[in-house]
Amino acid sequence: MQDIADRITANPKFLEFVAKRNSYSIVMTILGMVAYYGFILLVAFDKELLATKLGAGATTSLGVPLGVGVIAFTIVLTWIYVRRANSEFDETNEAIIREAQK
Amino acid sequence: MKLKHILAGLCALAAVGGAIAAGADMGATQKQATNWTAITMFAIFVGATLWITKWAAAKTKSAADFYTAGGGITGFQNGLAIAGDYMSAASFLGISGLVFANGFDGLIFSIGWLVGWPVITFLMAERLRNLGKFTFADVASYRFSQTPMRTFAAIGSLVVVAFYMIAQMVGAGQLIKVLFGLEYIYAEILVGSIMMMYVLFGGMTATTWVQIIKACMLLAGATFMAVAVLFQFGFSPEAMFTKAVEVHAKKDAIMAPGALIKDPISAISVGMALMFGTAGLPHILMRFFTVPNAKEARKSVAWATTWIGYFYILTFIIGFGAITNLVQDPGSFYVGGEIAKGLKGGGNMAAVHLAKAVGGDMFLGFISAVAFATILAVVAGLTLSGASAVSHDLYASVFKKGQASSDDELRVSKITTVILGIVAVVLGIAFEKENVAYMVMLAFVIACSGNFPVLFMSVLWKNCTTKGAVTGGFVGLIMAVVLTIGSDSVWVAVMGNPKGSAWFPYNSAAIFSMTAAFVTIWLVSILDNSEQAKKERALYPAQQLRSETGVGAATASAH
Repeated sequence: MQDIADRITANPKFLEFVAKRNSYSIVMTILGMVAYYGFILLVAFDKELLATKLGAGATTSLGVPLGVGVIAFTIVLTWIYVRRANSEFDETNEAIIREAQK
Repeated sequence: MKLKHILAGLCALAAVGGAIAAGADMGATQKQATNWTAITMFAIFVGATLWITKWAAAKTKSAADFYTAGGGITGFQNGLAIAGDYMSAASFLGISGLVFANGFDGLIFSIGWLVGWPVITFLMAERLRNLGKFTFADVASYRFSQTPMRTFAAIGSLVVVAFYMIAQMVGAGQLIKVLFGLEYIYAEILVGSIMMMYVLFGGMTATTWVQIIKACMLLAGATFMAVAVLFQFGFSPEAMFTKAVEVHAKKDAIMAPGALIKDPISAISVGMALMFGTAGLPHILMRFFTVPNAKEARKSVAWATTWIGYFYILTFIIGFGAITNLVQDPGSFYVGGEIAKGLKGGGNMAAVHLAKAVGGDMFLGFISAVAFATILAVVAGLTLSGASAVSHDLYASVFKKGQASSDDELRVSKITTVILGIVAVVLGIAFEKENVAYMVMLAFVIACSGNFPVLFMSVLWKNCTTKGAVTGGFVGLIMAVVLTIGSDSVWVAVMGNPKGSAWFPYNSAAIFSMTAAFVTIWLVSILDNSEQAKKERALYPAQQLRSETGVGAATASAH
């Protein structure tokens, strides 16, 4: 067990893989935060913009599609990450573990 | 044959109940006429879930079964259960009520409740699953000194659970008064004793399935209402908004941001509490240990995010549906039939009244039963996480130094469950007349200022030490409580100090308390040069290996 652990930690591919996945996680986190705080800062600083009507004579304001958009974006972002982590990243991870078990 | 008899009996019961309700004195104040349709539907739900509990009890033999359902829940099921934990009655009734009163502001609020999920997905989910076993303290204390870390984590868990629980219990009592026409005190005892049965006998298996069933009922009920509303307007949101603006007292203001966000600092601070607080709620974190591996843990959050996001879009439509529908029959839905006097039963009843408007008495009964079931399920989840903090963290790890047997641990968790059940009922009764609106928010602020920074830094920062984590965690926790007491929602609204005298000017303490926690963890850790600190830093590579690859992670127990 300890052997396998040591061999994984010694494998340069392992650190490279961890760094790659972590930077992907961080980029995704930042995207999520930008979408949310962007929306909240609009609420705080530019209420007029969110109140703008979608067209002449329309009642729906720009805020509604933007708000629903943030919800949809959040869901899509989560699935994109999970798809990649569950396929590509997990395969790399398993390959590194298999290599250490030889 | 047997089923037929039961159904016939229930129908007869409902018929008699209807007659009694119709003949009852209608001049009731807050307590409404006994609603037998709702009570019957709720009784069916309780019957079904207790039957599941009986099935779960046969599978709950070890501490692992009790805490994590043996690790055999799939990602999809767990996603529904997490969504169930998160979609409380407060969010269903509260957000639709907020939309009913202020329109667009309700949407801003619900978005805030959703955005914590990507953070959990990207940064926490798989690491939690790989490092943890039963509680989030397993993860936070992985390479640290057990006694101080576990003590902190248990206190952090119990404080969050207590505030969240009081809010739920008081909500349950008030809801049941309006929906079922039962006394407040009966509601408390009913919630306390049924949820105790779930947790005590069925452990995590029963709690999870109760949560899944409730989530499905809530999503189905809310979908029906939203579709019924959209149907009235030929599935054109524009037509719905136009009608709403026409009939709402605030006119076009409901389509724009209003007074909910008063200043940028409050906006960001509330956002932080919601975004990171979610990643520090013990009853949510606990669900990551019920799935077999990191893959399923990730799937759970993706599904949870999907259902919760979908649910918030529904509540927005339901709120607008209530605006357009309820004015058409003021006699049924408004106090004294006058729109200016507000909704019968208060602003949170918008969704419930809409249920009656679009689906009649049967559907009203269904939605009432769902709302009550929701509270029941959430309280069960909270109790289970509180019980595991006491039995697994305090008893087995701190008091017995990790030498407790699985049977002893299980026994302590069951005793704690009973105690917590009684405490919940007592607190629910004690806080009946109190204003508890701030408590859920306070639970989130504490979770994001205490639990989350400790968890985050211990997993991701190699130089973190026990001293740093524990000091920082307590600094965050105490600041969160003190600053919340000084804010408008407690200082003025609860303590009765004169308007404008609150000494903390913002809506949420998170921006200060969470920052203070992170800075303290960092500062105390880098100044810590003790032997213990060196040992802890040296253990980081081993922890990293397990958290990143899952090698050595706790596996699902065999059945």
